Formats: sequence, C-alpha cells, structure tokens
Amino acid sequence: MHIVICIKQVPDSAQIRVHPVTNTIMRQGVPTIINPYDLFALEEALRLRDAHGGEVTVLTMGPPMAEDALRKALTYGADRAVLLTDRCFAGSDTLATSFALSRAIVRIGETFGAPDIVFAGKQTIDGDTAQVGPGIAKRLGLLQFTYVAKIGSIDVDAREITVKRRSEGGTQMLKSRLPCLVTMLEGTNEIRRGSLDDAMRAARGQIVKWSAAEAGIEDLNKCGLRGSPTVVKRVFAPTTRAEKATQIDMTDKTQHDLADELIAAIFTRQPALEHELAFDGGQ
Amino acid sequence: MSNANREAPPSAGRAGIKRELPEHFRDYRHVWVFIELERGEVHPVSFELLGEGRKLADKLGMQLAGIVLGPPGEATQHAIAEAFAYGADLVYLVEAPLLADYRNEPFTKAMTDLVNTHKPEILLLGATTLGRDLAGSVATTLLTGLTADCTELDVVDGSLAATRPTFGGSLLCTIYTLNYRPQMATVRPRVMAMPPRTDKPVGRVIRHKLSMTEEEIITKVLGFNLDRQSAKANLAYADIVVAGGLGLGSAENLQLVKNLARAIGAEYGCSRPLVQKGWMPADRQVGQTGKTIRPKLYIAAGISGAIQHRVGVEGADLIVAINTDPNAPIFDFAHLGIVTDAIRFLPALTEAFTRRLSPHSHDKLAS
Repeated sequence: MHIVICIKQVPDSAQIRVHPVTNTIMRQGVPTIINPYDLFALEEALRLRDAHGGEVTVLTMGPPMAEDALRKALTYGADRAVLLTDRCFAGSDTLATSFALSRAIVRIGETFGAPDIVFAGKQTIDGDTAQVGPGIAKRLGLLQFTYVAKIGSIDVDAREITVKRRSEGGTQMLKSRLPCLVTMLEGTNEIRRGSLDDAMRAARGQIVKWSAAEAGIEDLNKCGLRGSPTVVKRVFAPTTRAEKATQIDMTDKTQHDLADELIAAIFTRQPALEHELAFDGGQ
Repeated sequence: MSNANREAPPSAGRAGIKRELPEHFRDYRHVWVFIELERGEVHPVSFELLGEGRKLADKLGMQLAGIVLGPPGEATQHAIAEAFAYGADLVYLVEAPLLADYRNEPFTKAMTDLVNTHKPEILLLGATTLGRDLAGSVATTLLTGLTADCTELDVVDGSLAATRPTFGGSLLCTIYTLNYRPQMATVRPRVMAMPPRTDKPVGRVIRHKLSMTEEEIITKVLGFNLDRQSAKANLAYADIVVAGGLGLGSAENLQLVKNLARAIGAEYGCSRPLVQKGWMPADRQVGQTGKTIRPKLYIAAGISGAIQHRVGVEGADLIVAINTDPNAPIFDFAHLGIVTDAIRFLPALTEAFTRRLSPHSHDKLAS
C-alpha cells in the first residue's frame, strides 16, 4: 500500500508575538513545527503501513526551510519525503495550493507508485481553513472523508475502506472505495516516538526536491498569486474596545468579599440573569 | 457552464488585484445561503447566515435565496418554511431520497449544478463539519474563491468583503474574490447574531432535479451514532459559559471551573493551550479556532486573552475576567475584571453563587 500524507510547516503559534506599535507579526526567531493536526494523520498513515505493508510518502509545499518539517516526519518513520518548492507558489490561496499539491501527488504516483490513500490534517493552525484537503480530493477525483475519527477497516485487494466520521451531533459510519483522501480528527491517536534507526535515516536521507517544472506543473497561471481567486486587500489588528474592564477593587478584601462584590456587579449589569439563575442554576 | 470556460484566466492576467470581471460571470446575481439540514434538523448557523445574507442582499439590491438540499418529507418542508421565516425571498430546492444523509458526492453535485444553472453572486455556508466538507469541494469544482471562517461580511464597491482572522488569530484580514463567481464564504456558528424569526409565509420555491442516482454514489452510509447528550458540549449556544486557561496551572484545577459551572448551570470550556496540552477535549475549546460563543455571561479564569480567543468570545453580553496579570490582554475586552489568582478565587465564587442563589439551602440540609 502506498500512502501519501500532506503536511505543512507552521510557526509555533504559542510563540507568535504582534509588534505592539506597528501591529505586524514578529516572525523573527519564531520556531517552526509540523502543523499539530497533521501529526494525527501521519500517525494513522504509519499505523496503516505497519499493518498492511507498503510505504508512506510525506509531501509538503513551502520554502526551502520546510525541509526541516520533512526531516522531522522521517524521524517518526515515514519512508520518503518530497518538498515542492518554487517561487511561483508564493501567495497561493487554498485553490492554488490544492492545485500544486494535487499535481505533485500525480507526479509522486508516476514516480513511486499510485497512492491508495492521501492523508491530510483536519486543518492548519495558521490558516485554519480546512479547505486544502477537500480541494486536493476534488482535483484528483478522490473520494473524500473529512473529520475522520477512526479508520474502521481497509481491504487493499478489494479496494474497500470503512471510516467513522465526525458530523454535527454524532458519528457517521461510511463504507467506500480506495483510493480516497482522509483528513484525521485531532486526538484520534498519539504520534509515536521515532526509532533511533529512523532518526539516523532522517539525518542522512535524501529529500526529494521538486520545482514546479520537476513536479510536472506547466500551467503557472494556476499557481501562486496568479492562480488564487482570492485577494487579501487589508491586514489589520482588531480595534480595541474604548473602555477597559472595570476592575473590582481588591484592597483589604477577602476572597469571599470579592466574590460577593463580583456577583453584585454581574447582576447590576445583567439583572435578568439573577432571575434566570435562581430557577435554572444551582442543581 | 463548462470548466474550460471557468478556467479561462481573467484578462487582467494576474488573478485579480483589480476588479475586471470576465464576461461570463457578469450575469451572476443574488445572495445564496445554504440551509444546512442534517438528520431532520436545520443547523441554527443557517439562520444566522440568512441574517447576514439579508444585509448583503439589501446593500446590493439583490434577492436572498435559501438553498435546501434534502429528502422528500416533513423535515425538508420545515427547512423551507424556516428559510422564509428567517428572511429568504425564495428557496432553491433539490429534493431526493439519496440526500437523506450527508455525503460529499451527491451534495457537491446538487450544489454545483444549482450554481451553474442559477448563477449566484455570493454563496454562504456554515463552517460546520458538513459545511466545510461541502464548501471545499464546491469551490474547487467551480474553481472560485472561498474565504473560510469569516467574522465579518460586507459589500465594498460591489464585491463581498470577507474579514477573517489570520496568522493563527493574531491579526484580521479582509479578502475579496474579485474576478470569479460565486464569491464563497463560510462562517462559524454563533459568529453572527441570530436574526428575529418572522411570520413570513412560504414564498417561491424553485425546484431542481438531482442528476445522480444511488448507483453512481460510491460511498454508502452504514450507520449513525448519535452523541450521548451528556457527552455533547453545547457550548456554542449556552447562556452562561465558564472557561479556564493556563493560569489554572494544572489539569486537576479544571475541576474548579467545572464546579462553578455546575453551581450556576453553565457550560464549561477552556482556551486553546489547554486542548494542546491534552487537559480538555477539543470540543470544549472556546475561541475562534474552537467554539465561538455568545452567552449572556462569560467567565474567563486564568485566560490571558489572545486575539483568537477574543474573536471567539466578544459576542458575549458580559465578560468577566479573572487573571493574576493586570496587563493581560483579556482586560482590554472584558467588562469586569478581578486581578487575583483564579485557583483561590473560583472556590470562593462558587460558594458565593450557591449561597446567593439558594438562600434556603441550609434549611434544606438541616431537615
């Protein structure tokens, strides 16, 4: 079985700071990580490979430094890593990104064997759109399963797959066919500690690096800014409320006094609440 | 319309910094809202979107249409009636038994066929598990722009101005789809206010056939497990929410948040770092990347108030912040603040609420 997993290198959001005066992002020195949601997809891909045999190819699109994320993926035990990197991809929105990644997956198929499953994370922590996975599926004509909580069974010979998929208010059990694209829900598994062998291999191993041309992408009108129907016109910091919070004065008060004072302040501002709480609350 | 036509790049060459709408998109008109009907129920986000759609349509001097995809029967009829009650001028309906359960294949087919036939200028969907699954497929099939998780929608110079958080929620950006149609956007539940329901009767319903048979659909539904009510966090629509952040110091201290929530009949939640640490499940996360909430009262304990958190809670009527750091950004958007240690303060607050709300509790205990 050949599994392709798409990952993204993202800034560690816990470390992002906004410049207090210019309101611009201070990216310098912010460490990068593999998008945390992608790790659930990577672990699932590795488990399927361990159970059914085959190979896991990790794919990312990004600047040359995205190689770090791929090496990290290799330390977890992925078999091969492909970096799609070209200046023409700069400024891609979700439609242009799904185009480039889908072409790279076609080229991966031609070079290393057609994938049975393409994995992606639920969404990224920097863009949060959750749209690139469905975009790739549509472009490749793959069946699509998003928010998958569990892969029930896979029969590689019969080309069958069953999945449990999160939906509003419950879980759907679906039966479908390979090849397909799966985005994994968070918390569905835990990424393994890579073996020492994998770490050695990751450090020395070759990363396959493709430019747009090497990935077989000819139509540059579909890439980067040119291939992006959406246009970002303005980036700004949210306006702050004119008033800051009214602080409850702490001087010489016990926690109990403070609590009483806060509750009084809450009910002064929202008189209806006291009535509602008296009936509904406190069970 | 064929996709060959859609793929023709706009004459501007570079996809659209300037508005130069190609000829074949110029007859795209009206604002559409997808009415999300799943397992017999309309997701409330659909009504919130009708409220926003109404404003956009009025600004553009266009009509507002609800898009209902569902199986024949009462639930679908109810969805149509509700679409009108929440402001739709007309409804486009695709009714077929195979739309009973959500599956990507028939829903994408139904929606893209509707768009290509009736040509909307704007298409809005809820950013739910269903809406996001569908929106990505539809936008890619139509090769148009899609702005996900918008927090504000407006019309500027005749185009949809879709504002959303960017850079992990630390800034906002406004995005346009100038030269492609429809202009698509998704919005999370509770981000927009619920419009008032009216007694508007059912109006014009335009039916469209689904050109797909069950045999053509590869994916089959084997079953559906409803979430247990107790396990289902109804955070988004709760009247009172208490949430904890890193200031609580440990996973164990989240019990203090749960105790307060139980005492006042609130839902409880947490900020993003706690989910990332595995202290609480993801469906309890409050904030732009978790649940957006609009409760009457929101109590944030030990939460610093990063922008992505703020965007998800500022629709609350009253925000109370408890934090040891007087300079924490949460005090910039909270209404009431207490600079103290939430670990010590929460038990006192729980006790005070309990005392205040049930003055006879001692009598009851004694008897």
